Amino acid sequence: MSNIVAIGIDAGSTTCKLVAIDRQGAMVGARLEATEPRVEVQVQRMLWALFDELGADPSTPLIATGYGRKLIKEATRNVTEITCHARGVSRALGRGGTLIDIGGQDSKVIRVGDDGRPVDFMMNDKCAAGTGRFLEHTAARLGVPVYELGRRALSARGEEAISSTCTVFAESEIISLIARGADPDAILRGLHRSLVGRVISMVRTVGVVPPLMLSGGVARNDAVRAMIAEAASEDVILPDQPQLMGAYGAALLGGTA
Amino acid sequence: MSQPESLPHYVHSNRLEHFVNYQLVGKTALRVQRWRDQWKLKRRKPRPESPLSPPLDCVVYMKEIMSRHYLEGRYASGVRKVAWVTSGAPTEPLQALGYFLVYPENHAALCGVRRKAQSIAEEAENAGWSRDICSYARTDIGAMLSGKTPAGRLPRPDVLVCCTNICQTVLHWYRVLADYFDCPLVLIDTPFLYEEAREHDVTYVRRQIEDMIHVAEEIAGEKLDQARFAEVMKNARRGAELWLEVLNRSQSRPAPMTAFDGFIHMGPIVDMRGEAVTVDYYERMLRELDVRVASGIGAIKNERYRVLWDNLPIWFKIGELSKWLAEHGVNVVASTYTYAWGELAPMIDPENPLDSMARVYLHPILNRSAGHKLASMKKMVEEFQLDGVILHSDRSCKPYSLGQIDQRDRLSKTLGIPALLLEADHNDPRDYSDEQGVNRLEAFVEMMEARA
Repeated sequence: MSNIVAIGIDAGSTTCKLVAIDRQGAMVGARLEATEPRVEVQVQRMLWALFDELGADPSTPLIATGYGRKLIKEATRNVTEITCHARGVSRALGRGGTLIDIGGQDSKVIRVGDDGRPVDFMMNDKCAAGTGRFLEHTAARLGVPVYELGRRALSARGEEAISSTCTVFAESEIISLIARGADPDAILRGLHRSLVGRVISMVRTVGVVPPLMLSGGVARNDAVRAMIAEAASEDVILPDQPQLMGAYGAALLGGTA
Repeated sequence: MSQPESLPHYVHSNRLEHFVNYQLVGKTALRVQRWRDQWKLKRRKPRPESPLSPPLDCVVYMKEIMSRHYLEGRYASGVRKVAWVTSGAPTEPLQALGYFLVYPENHAALCGVRRKAQSIAEEAENAGWSRDICSYARTDIGAMLSGKTPAGRLPRPDVLVCCTNICQTVLHWYRVLADYFDCPLVLIDTPFLYEEAREHDVTYVRRQIEDMIHVAEEIAGEKLDQARFAEVMKNARRGAELWLEVLNRSQSRPAPMTAFDGFIHMGPIVDMRGEAVTVDYYERMLRELDVRVASGIGAIKNERYRVLWDNLPIWFKIGELSKWLAEHGVNVVASTYTYAWGELAPMIDPENPLDSMARVYLHPILNRSAGHKLASMKKMVEEFQLDGVILHSDRSCKPYSLGQIDQRDRLSKTLGIPALLLEADHNDPRDYSDEQGVNRLEAFVEMMEARA
C-alpha cells in the first residue's frame, strides 16, 4: 500500500508542479514541467505519471493552487498560492518569517506566522515588473538563457542603471544601452537591481520579520538572492527546492501534517 | 471659450411637457412599476442556492424615488432652475430655492452600475481627455460631449456649484463644465482639516455659502424663503440621522444589510438630502431593518466573517463581488464611504443653518487627515465587531486612496486583523483585473479562516 497521503498541484503561469507527501509530511515525489496551454490536460498526464511512479491510490486528496487551480477538475480543494507557499516554506525551513515568492506572473511578500499560516501579504500590482517574467522577457532581448542570468549579473564588473520599472519600457532602454555598446552583463545586473527594488518596496510595506525567506522559480537566481539580502540588510534563506514550495504547501494542507 | 453649439442634446422643455411627461404620465407609470415590482417581490420564489437573503422590500420605493428624480431631470431644463453640484456641495439653500439638482458623480456611478461607463468615458478620451483623469469625470465629460446616458437625458445647468471638500479634480472638472455650458460657476473652497476646524475656517466657508446664496437667488429671480430653508435643514438633519441609524443596524449579528446594499440605498441621501421623501424613505427602511434584526435575518445567509470596506465601491462589479463574498461567508457590513453621508448628522443644526452647514461641509472624511480616517476605521472595526478590512485602492480617487498603505499597515499591526489592499477603480473596468482581484480576496478569506 502506498504511503502517499496527499498530492499538491501548483498550476503556475510558467511552470506546473506536482508534489506528493507521505504521512510525516516529507516530500516523496515531485514533477515539474513548463506550463502548457491546456494545463488541465497536462496536470492529468502528470498525475497519472506520478501515480504510476509512486503507486499512489487515485483517491488520494489532491489540492490545487496557482493561477490554473480552478481548471483542475480532479482537485479536492483549491487554495491560493499565498497560503500554500507560506505553509510549504515554513515546513521546509521549520520557522516563520517574511517570505518573498517571486513567480512567473506575480510576486508576493507574505509574513508567515510560526504555525505556517499567512499573517499578512502584499502582491505586485497589475504589472509584470517585479516578476520572473520581467527577467525572462528582458533576458530574451539579450539572448541570455534564464538559468545563466544570475551568474552573469553577479560576475559583471559594472552596472547599468535601468530607470524604468516597466517591462516594456525596460526593453527599449536595453535596446538603447546595447546600441551604445554597454556590457550585456552590466545591463543584466541593472535589470536585477530594478526587479529587486520593486520587491523590496513590497517587503517594506509588509514589514520585515526576520528571517527573509525566498521561494518561487526566481529564488534559484543567485543575483536576486544576493541583492535582496543587500538591500534589506538581512540574511536570506531558501528551501532546497524553492520552486516546489507552492505544491508542497498544497500537499501539506491536504494531508494531516 | 464657450462651446454651447457643440452640445445639441441639451434641450429645453416647457411646462406642458414637464406636466404631462413627468407629473402626469411619468409619476403614474413609475408608481405602477413599483406596484408591479412589489407584486413580483411578494411572489419571488425562495432561492435556497443563493448565498444572499432576499432584497429588502423597500428597494422598490428607492427605485421609484430615484427613477422619478432622473425622469424629472429629462424635463427640468427651462422649467425649473437647474444646478449641477458636487457630492459634497452645500445644496440645502438651492433646494429651498426650488432648484433641480444634478449630481454628476451619482450619474457617473449610475453609468458604472449599468456597465456603460467605459464606452461613455471613451467618448471623453477620444476627445483628448487623459485616462489618468478620474473615471467619474471622464464618464460625465463623455456623457456631456456625446449625450450618451442611461438616464435618458440630463438637464442643462443654469449654475454649477463645486465644493472642494471631496477632491481637487472637481475644481478643474467644473471649470470645464462652465466653459462648455457657458454658465456661472460657484466655487466653494474648503480648507483641508488636519485637526478640527478652526473658527476662521468656518467663517471662510460660511461666507462662500452666503455668496452662493446670492448668486443662486439672482439666477432663480427670488429671495431665499427662510421658512422653506429651515424646513430643508430639518429634513437634511433628520435624513442624515436616519441614514446613520440604518447603517448602524449592521452592528447587529447577523447584519441585516451589507455595505453593497448601502451603496445602492444611499441614492436618496446623496441626491435628495433635505427632501421629505428622503426622510420617509429611510424611516421605512429602518422599520424593515428592525424587523430583520428582531428576527435574526442576515443580509447573507451564512455570515462567518464581518468586514469593513474603505473607499468608493467598484460600481461595475458590485453585484458579482457581493455574491462572491457572500458565497465565502463574508459580509461587508460597513463602509467608510456610506458612513460619510451619516456621520456628520449631529453637526447639522437647523437653528443655526449657515454656521452649521459650514462646519458640516468642512468635515467630510475626504477633507480630513489620513490619521482621522484611520481612527474612524478603527472605531468601526470595534463597533461593528469586524474580522477584516478591504481597502479598495481606487485608481481614480487619489484623495481617498492616499494613506491607505499606512492605514492598512496600522490596522493589520495594531488590531491584528487581516487588511487587504484591493487595486481597482470605481468606474473604469480597464483598471480592474478579475483574476488578480479574486486571487487576493481568496487569500484574504483564507487569512481570516486561519485566524478563526
